[in-house]
Amino acid sequence: MQLAINIAVLAAIYALIACGYVLIYRVSRVLNLAHGELMMLSAYLLLTTASLFSKNPLIAIAAAIFLSLCVGVLVYLFLMRRMTGEMVLAAVLTTVALGVLLRGLVVLVWSAQQQNPAQALGWVNYSIPVFGGRISAAGAALIITTALVYAGLFLFLRFSRYGIRMRAAGQNPLLAAQRGISLHAIYALAWGLSTLTGALAGILISLDSGLDSTMVLIGLKAFPAALVGGLDSLVGALIGSLIIAAAEVLMIYYVDALLSDVVPFLVLILMLVVRPWGLFGTREELDRV
Amino acid sequence: MSSREPRASGYFRSSYDQGLRLIETRMQWTALMLFLAALGTFPFIATSFQLDLACQVFLAAIGSIALMLLTGYAGQVSLGHAGLIAAGAFTAGILFKEFGAAFWITIPAAAVVGALIGLIFGLPSLRLRGLYLAVSTLALHFIVVYLGGEYETKRGFSTGIMIDAPRIGDLLIRDRKIWYFVLLAFAAVSLLISLNLLRSRTGRAWAAIRSHETIAEALGIGVPAHKLLAFVISSSMTAVAGALFAYYRGFVSVEAFSLFLSIQYVAMIIIGGMGSLLGAILGAIFVTLLPYMIEYAVGFLPNARSYAGMLAAFNYAAFGIVMILFLVFEPQGLVGIWRRVQNYFLLWPFKQKPLGGSRK
Repeated sequence: MQLAINIAVLAAIYALIACGYVLIYRVSRVLNLAHGELMMLSAYLLLTTASLFSKNPLIAIAAAIFLSLCVGVLVYLFLMRRMTGEMVLAAVLTTVALGVLLRGLVVLVWSAQQQNPAQALGWVNYSIPVFGGRISAAGAALIITTALVYAGLFLFLRFSRYGIRMRAAGQNPLLAAQRGISLHAIYALAWGLSTLTGALAGILISLDSGLDSTMVLIGLKAFPAALVGGLDSLVGALIGSLIIAAAEVLMIYYVDALLSDVVPFLVLILMLVVRPWGLFGTREELDRV
Repeated sequence: MSSREPRASGYFRSSYDQGLRLIETRMQWTALMLFLAALGTFPFIATSFQLDLACQVFLAAIGSIALMLLTGYAGQVSLGHAGLIAAGAFTAGILFKEFGAAFWITIPAAAVVGALIGLIFGLPSLRLRGLYLAVSTLALHFIVVYLGGEYETKRGFSTGIMIDAPRIGDLLIRDRKIWYFVLLAFAAVSLLISLNLLRSRTGRAWAAIRSHETIAEALGIGVPAHKLLAFVISSSMTAVAGALFAYYRGFVSVEAFSLFLSIQYVAMIIIGGMGSLLGAILGAIFVTLLPYMIEYAVGFLPNARSYAGMLAAFNYAAFGIVMILFLVFEPQGLVGIWRRVQNYFLLWPFKQKPLGGSRK
C-alpha cells in the first residue's frame, strides 16, 4: 500500500510539472528546458515572501505564486518573444541558457545551502495515515493540487475564451492571427500559466522535502513524463507521469536505488524508439523523418 | 572550404587543382608559418598557468570541432556531448585501472568505444529530427553517465579513478610543456581530418542532409548511412578528447561530466558560429577562458573576498547571459563578427557586398 501511495505522490509531482511543458509546447511548439529552474526560482521566491509575510503563511504562498506568474510573463516578453519565428532549436537553446542563468542567480541571491520553506512558514509536515500507509501533508496537498490544476486546465482550455484562443494558436498560428487573436498575448499567457503550475509544484515539493538545486533534476525528470504521454496532450501528461512514477518507484524498490535518476530517461528512449509522438500526441504535426 | 569570395586582390584560380588546395596564396603560407611559429614559441615564454589554459583550450577545441561536424555541418543536434567525453575518459580510466593498458592502446580503444556509442546515439536520428533527436541524445547522456557512476561505486572507486601520466616510448608526458605539444598535435590532426572530410564527398553529403533531407535522398545520397557516419566520426573524436582529458587531469570521476558540460559544448559552437570550423575553435577559446575572465572581473568588485565562494554562481549567471546575448543578437557567432570586420576592410570604401548577380 505504501508503494501505491509513493507512486501516487511522485506521479502527482511529475504531472504537475509536466503540464507546464505541455502548455508551452502545445501553444508555441517551444520546449522549455528551463522549466525546472523556473520552478526552483518560485520555491526560492516563497522563501522571500515567507520572511515578508511571516504572520500569514497563506498570503506568502499566494504572493509567491503571483510573482511566479509575473516571472513567466516577463520571460516571454523580454526573452522568448524575440525568438518567435526563429528556428525552434534556437528557441530551445535560449531556454537552456535561461536555465543556466537562473541557476547562477538563485545561488547568488539565496546562497547554495539547503533551505526549508516549511520552517520559514512555521509549518510542520505531519504524516497522515491512510489505507494502511502514510502520506505526508505536503504529499496529500500535492495530489489534491494536481487534481485541481488539471480539472481547471481542462475547463479553461475547453470553455473559456482565452483557452479556446490558446488552442487555436497552437493548431495554426497564422490562421489564428488572421482571426484577430493576439499571438504575443496568448504566448505570454501560456508562459505565465506554465510558470504558475511549475511554481505550485516547486513550492509544494520544497514544503515536502526542503529546497536546493537538486530540484532542477526533478524538473528535468518530469520531461520524459510529458513526452511519453505526447508533448501536446494534457491527458497524455497525466498518464505519462503515472507510467514514469510507477517505473521509477518499482525500480527503486525492487532493483537498485541508484537507478532512480536514469529510469525516466530509459522509458523516454524506449518511447522515442517505439512511438516518438507519445501515447496521446498528434502524429502528423511531429517533426519526423 | 577555401572558396570563399572575395579574395583581397589579384588571385584567380586557373585550374581545378587550385580549387582543391587548402592553402592557396603566398600570403596565406606566410600567415600560417607565422602562426605556427607563435604556437611553437608560446610554451617557452608562457607561465605554467597560461600553459594550462592553452591545454584546456586544445582539449575543448577537439570536442567542439567534433560537435561542429555533427551539428554545424550534418545538422544533427546533440545535447549528449558530455556523455561521449565521459565514455572516452572512462574507457581510458577502466583500461588503465583494470589492465594497466598503455597510452597507445587506450587512445585508439577510446576512439573505438566512442564510435560504437556514436552508433547508438545516432540510431534515433534515423527516425527523429530536431527537437526529438536532441532529447534522445540528452537521455543517452544520462544513461552513459549513470553507467560510469555505477562502475565507480561497484568497483569501490567512489571518489574517482586515478590515472598515471602516460608514457610514449621513453618519454613520460607529465610536464605541461610536453602536454602542450601533444594536445596541440591532437587538435591539429582533428582539425585536418575535419577540413578534409568537409571538402570531400562526405562533407558535401552532410551539407545536403542538413539543407533538406528529402532532396538529399533524391540526389542519391544514402541519408541514414551518412547520418550514422556523422555520429560515428564525431563521437569517436570526442571520445579521444575525453581520454586525453582523463590523462591530462590524471583523474576520472562522473561529477566532471554533468549536463552543464554538454551545454558548454553546445555554447561553444553557437558562440563561435554555426557551420564554421574557425567558429568551433573561437568558441572553444571563448568558453574555456570565460570562467577565468569572470574570476578576474570579480576581483575588481568592492569587497571581492566575500564573493570568493560564489564564483561558480557568477560563472553560471555570466555564462547564461553571454549565451542568451549571442543567441538573440549575434546568431552568427564570433565568426559572424570576424567576417563583418573582414568585409569592412575588403569592401572599403563601400559598405555592402555587390549583389549576387554582379559577382565576377
